[in-house]
Amino acid sequence: MTLLDVRGLTVTYPGGAEAVRGVDLSLEAGRKLGIAGESGCGKSTLALALLRLLPAGTKVGGEVLLDGEDVLTMRWGQVRAVRWAGASIVFQGAMHSLNPVHRLGDQIAEPILLHGGAPPAAAKRRAGELLEQVGLPAARARAYPHELSGGQRQRVMIAMALACDPRLVIADEPTTALDVMIQAQILRLIEQLVSEQELGLIMISHDLAVLADTCDRLAVMYAGRVVEEGPARTVYEDALHPYGRALSSAFPRIGDPASRFAPRGLAGDPPDPTDLPSGCAFHPRCPVALDECAVLDQPLREAGPGRRAACVHVGAAVPPPAGPAQDVRSTT
Amino acid sequence: MVSDAVTAPVARARRPRTGTAYPRYVAGKAGGAAVSLLAVLVTGFFLFRLIPGDPVKTMTGGRPVSAAQLAEYRREFGLDLPMWEQFTDYCRKALTGDLGTSYQFRAPVIDKITEALPNTLLLTGTAFVLYTALGMFLGTRSAWRHGKLGDKLNTGLALTLYSVPSFWLGLLMIIVFAVGLGPIPGLFPTGGMESGGKEGFAYVLDVAHHLVLPVITLVAVEYGQTLLVTRSALLDEMGSDYLTTARAKGLRDDLVRRRHAVPNALLPTVTLVFVNLGRTVAGVILVETVFSWPGLGGLFYQALSVPDLPLVQGLFLFFASAVIVMNTLADLLYPLLDPRVGR
Repeated sequence: MTLLDVRGLTVTYPGGAEAVRGVDLSLEAGRKLGIAGESGCGKSTLALALLRLLPAGTKVGGEVLLDGEDVLTMRWGQVRAVRWAGASIVFQGAMHSLNPVHRLGDQIAEPILLHGGAPPAAAKRRAGELLEQVGLPAARARAYPHELSGGQRQRVMIAMALACDPRLVIADEPTTALDVMIQAQILRLIEQLVSEQELGLIMISHDLAVLADTCDRLAVMYAGRVVEEGPARTVYEDALHPYGRALSSAFPRIGDPASRFAPRGLAGDPPDPTDLPSGCAFHPRCPVALDECAVLDQPLREAGPGRRAACVHVGAAVPPPAGPAQDVRSTT
Repeated sequence: MVSDAVTAPVARARRPRTGTAYPRYVAGKAGGAAVSLLAVLVTGFFLFRLIPGDPVKTMTGGRPVSAAQLAEYRREFGLDLPMWEQFTDYCRKALTGDLGTSYQFRAPVIDKITEALPNTLLLTGTAFVLYTALGMFLGTRSAWRHGKLGDKLNTGLALTLYSVPSFWLGLLMIIVFAVGLGPIPGLFPTGGMESGGKEGFAYVLDVAHHLVLPVITLVAVEYGQTLLVTRSALLDEMGSDYLTTARAKGLRDDLVRRRHAVPNALLPTVTLVFVNLGRTVAGVILVETVFSWPGLGGLFYQALSVPDLPLVQGLFLFFASAVIVMNTLADLLYPLLDPRVGR
C-alpha cells in the first residue's frame, strides 16, 4: 500500500489566502520525495496540513491518506495518535523548534512516554540511544537547547523525529539555517537513517540542488500547486516547466564554470496568494508565456516517463492523447 | 550508525559551564542588593531631614515648654549634634537593628514595627496569595483563548478594577456590606481586626470575619496587574515554533499549554509576583487606613501625619529593604526557571 497519498489537497487561510491549491502527491515506504519552491509557495503549509497543524479557522480540503487512512477526517484523538508515532516532522531551524526551558533528553523522551507508554527509565535510555544514533554523546540529554550549536540542535531534532519509529518523516527545511559543511553532514545523516529504517521521507527545501542530491523524486511547487514532478535528477538537470528551469539555474553547478559567473535568477516576486494571477499563475514572470497563458489554467499533464509538468509548451511538444487539457485548448 | 568523520567534531562539543556560574551569579546579585540597601539607608536619612518643621516642637505638641526642656529633648534624641555625626550615628545604629525612638509613642521604632507586622502580613499575605493565583489562572486562560469573548470580558473587568482607587472601593465595600444598603444587611464589621473578648477558635473566626472586606478590596484592585502581565507574557510565546513541535508530537492542548507555553512565559510574571511579595510587607496604607486595620500601613499614615521622624524613617528603611530582598530572591530564582539566565 502507498505510505502517503495526498489527493487534491487545498488549504485556505482565514484571510482568504489560498496557500495550497490542489496538490496530488504519493510516496512509497523507503522512498524520498523532495518538494521545492521559493518562499511563500505553500510548501511549509503543505507539511503542516499533512498533520493538521494549521491554525484554527484554516480551511483544508482534499484527502491525506496515511497508510490508507484519511488524516483530514479523523477524530482529534486519532490525529494526536498519528502525530509523531505515524508521521513526525523535523522542523525548520531547530533554533526555535526546541523548548528552551526543558532538557533535551526530556524533550526527546516526551513523545515516547506519550505514545509508547514506556516506563520513564526506558524512555530516558532510548533518548540517549537516539542521541548517539545522530552522532551526539548520550550525556547531552542533560543539556539545554541553548548549550548546543545550530547543527547539534538540528541533530537533536532528527533524533526526536525518530523517537517513536514513525513510518513517515517530514523534514521542513532541515538544513536552511546551517553552514555548508554542517548542511552536508545533516543531509548524509538523514539519508542514512532513512535508508536504514525504511522510512518514507518528504524533504522540503528551496534548494533544488540539495533535494536533487538527496531525494528519489522531486516536486516543484509554485503558487500552491505542483508545476513539475519527476525523478529528482532529471527534474534538476532538465526541467520542463519554465519555473523549474529558472529554479535550477539559480544555483551554480559544480563543473560548469559558466553557471558560476552567470547565475540566472527569476525576475519579479512570487504572486500574492490572496490575489493570484488569472490563467497560469506563473505567466507574469514566464519568459516563454503565450497569450493564452493569461487566460487558461494549465493542469499537470504527462510529460515523458514518470514525469508531469503544468505548462502549455509541454503539452505542445508531446500532445497527450485526450483529456480535459486538450478540450480546453481546442475551444480557443 | 554515523560514520566517524561525521561524529568526531560533534562528540568533542563543549560541556556546559554550570559548575561555577551559579555561585558567581548569586554573588553578583547579592552585591547589587547590598549597594541598593546602602543607597536606601543614605536616602532615608537625608530625605526626611528635608521635611519642614522642628521635631522637638512636634514632640511637645505646642505645649509651653521651657528652653531648658527643649534643649534636654534635643540632647536626648541626638538632634544637637552636627549633621554628619547624626548621620554616622544613624548608620551605625541602623546596621545593628536600632532604628531610634518614636517621638509620638516614646517607644523604640523597631518594637512598633514588629508589633504591627503580623497584622499586616495576615491581611496582605492572604490577599497576595488570592490575587496572584486568580491573576495567573485567568491570565493564562485569557491568553490561550485570546480575542474570544471570554478574554475580552476578562481583561476588560481586570483593567477596570485595576484602575479603581482602592480607598474608594474600600469605602464602597463598607457602605454596601458593612453598613448595609437597601435590602442588603450589614454582613461584615466596618473596620478593625477583632471585636475583642474572644478566645480560641471564636477569636480566629472573628479575625477572619474582619478580614473579608479588606481582602476582597485588595484582591479586586490587585489581581488585574498579575492577569495582564501573565496574559501578555504568554501571548508573546504563543506563536513560538516549539509549541508547534509540541502539538506535532501529539500532546493534548492543555499539556501544550501547561508543560511548554507557561514555563516559558513565567519570567515576567515571577518578577511581578516577587515585587508584590515585597510590597506585601509594606502593607497598604489606603486600605489599612480605610478599614482601621492595625498594620504597618496604618502606622505609616499615623507617623506621617505627626510627622514622627524616626518612625517614618524606620518604616521607610524597612519597606525598601523588603522590596530589595524580594527582588533579589526573584533574581536568584530566574536561573532555575530558565536555564538561559545567568549562565
